[in-house]
Amino acid sequence: MEFLYTLIINIIKVAVVFGVTLLHVAYATYFERKVIGRMQCRLGPTEVGPMGLLQPFADMFKSLFKEDIIPTKADKAVFFIAPVIVLAPTMTSLSVIPFSEKFIIADINVGMLFILACASLSVYGIILAGWSSGSKYAFFGGIRSAAQVISYEIAMGISLASVFLMAGSVRLDEIVKAQYEYPLSMYAPHLIIGFVVFLIAAFAETNRTPFDLPEAETELVAGYLTEYSGFRYALFFLSEYVAMFIMSSIMTLCFFGGWTIPRFITDILPFLLYVPGIFWFLLKVYFFIFFYYWVRATVPRYRFDQLMKIGWKVLIPLSLFNLLLVAFVKRFVL
Amino acid sequence: MTTVEYFFIYFAVSMVFLSLLIITVKNPVHSILLMLVLFFHIAGLYLFLNAEFLAAVQVILYAGAILVLFLFVIMMLNLKEELVSHRFIGEWPVGVAIGLSISLFCIFAISHFQIKYEGNMTIEIIKTLTNTKALGKILYTEFLLPFEIASIILLIAIVGAIVLAKKEQS
Amino acid sequence: MVPLNWYLYLSSVIFVIGVVGFLIRRNLIIMFMSIELMLNAVNISLIAFSHYIQDLKGQIMVFFIITVAAAEAAIGLAILVALFRNKNSINTDDIAIMKG
Repeated sequence: MEFLYTLIINIIKVAVVFGVTLLHVAYATYFERKVIGRMQCRLGPTEVGPMGLLQPFADMFKSLFKEDIIPTKADKAVFFIAPVIVLAPTMTSLSVIPFSEKFIIADINVGMLFILACASLSVYGIILAGWSSGSKYAFFGGIRSAAQVISYEIAMGISLASVFLMAGSVRLDEIVKAQYEYPLSMYAPHLIIGFVVFLIAAFAETNRTPFDLPEAETELVAGYLTEYSGFRYALFFLSEYVAMFIMSSIMTLCFFGGWTIPRFITDILPFLLYVPGIFWFLLKVYFFIFFYYWVRATVPRYRFDQLMKIGWKVLIPLSLFNLLLVAFVKRFVL
Repeated sequence: MTTVEYFFIYFAVSMVFLSLLIITVKNPVHSILLMLVLFFHIAGLYLFLNAEFLAAVQVILYAGAILVLFLFVIMMLNLKEELVSHRFIGEWPVGVAIGLSISLFCIFAISHFQIKYEGNMTIEIIKTLTNTKALGKILYTEFLLPFEIASIILLIAIVGAIVLAKKEQS
Repeated sequence: MVPLNWYLYLSSVIFVIGVVGFLIRRNLIIMFMSIELMLNAVNISLIAFSHYIQDLKGQIMVFFIITVAAAEAAIGLAILVALFRNKNSINTDDIAIMKG
């Protein structure tokens, strides 16, 4: 009976997170087009529904009913499975993110490592999508993406290691609790180098501008996505937006205090303590998602050699320096 | 039979099957994909054995780094003619015979095996400490020198790989 | 509770498959992968030992094996790329000649 009860509770939790994520993705695209439209003095979508609010659904139905084209040169089995390989790990890593103090699907001891493991897996889908399409552009896109993701993963991991060092744990809820003791209730001001490195690496990991080289339109058509259409294309699209959500939540949890708000604010306005933690969490997450769009509208794309130079010659040494600094401070000052 | 045993049997059967496929399929890319699935099964097996940190490391390092490196090299070499030529060497029965003899040796050894030693790290102690902390404590005290040597090995590997892959300037 | 011997049998079977793969394939990349297979088989048995005799030293050993495997993969694949540049092949039969 006990077992059945936990099972049902968990299924409900999974269903809620899954549904909310899908809805989030639908409206994240709407939000993106509106924000970038405003930044470029346009209106964004206005036609479908009031203020264009039904635009995501129109897009969804369009991609669902499109013809599913498979190139003759493609390696069929791999071509079919590649979008699933991209989507599955990204969706899985949602299960260990604590949305508030109580709401987490799987409370495991190695939470942050689990997310890192999942993040390192979606590169398979991209590289295999590029290879199995049997087209030059797709192939180059896949190879570029693999090189990019592997290089930036190192910087990302090392900058997160400084967070683990400060918190003394890889459990996400303990990282958040450890941050609450600091004056601003967040690590970002203390680990500023690590935070900036992580922020830049997160852009590269999710293949967003200014590091969207794998799908650089001007040189590679649509990179590894070139041969995909219809529903399979939609799966890639979905996983990109979920990955953005996950990167934003990691930034929120590891550097911006997760579901807590700074203590000096609650000292002045104590009634804010009654606001559920998930509200603050989502507020911070959507700030970072907005930041993604902001950067996309502002910064031009880097060249591939520049990208590699930034990754290996700037970010990795910086993150190593940060790790050393944090270890030193933790040992001798704190 | 308990549920744990059923799970173990599933893992064992699929792992053996996967590894057989890895060494026999024609296309190296398919072989790598199967290897990826195998690594997931191995990580799952580690979870059975209360080694959650190593399960995560298995996925991050083996699946996320080493195997991507393999995939990367296969793609760079772009082996089209590989798919039509022979997969196995001419003397493959000799290899299979050697393998069978090793396996007979192993089975004989294992069937006579008994545990005579008991350590002090019981599951309860590890659970209170958490696996990561317990592992870290031993790694950075008792095994500090091997740890440093391992880091030097990695450094040598980095330098060696760069030197080997660099084109000669002439 | 699964007995320790089951884990050992499993690991030995995978190890043997790795050995056979290393011996019979012509493709060098698959041979490398067979080595990884053997290392993983050893890892399984080490972790099983460390769980059953309640000592974490086995897991530490696995940690080092993974490190060495990473180093080996990096070096080995670099050699492979260099070889492919010179011979335009990664089959064991084609690299039987000693003179460049």
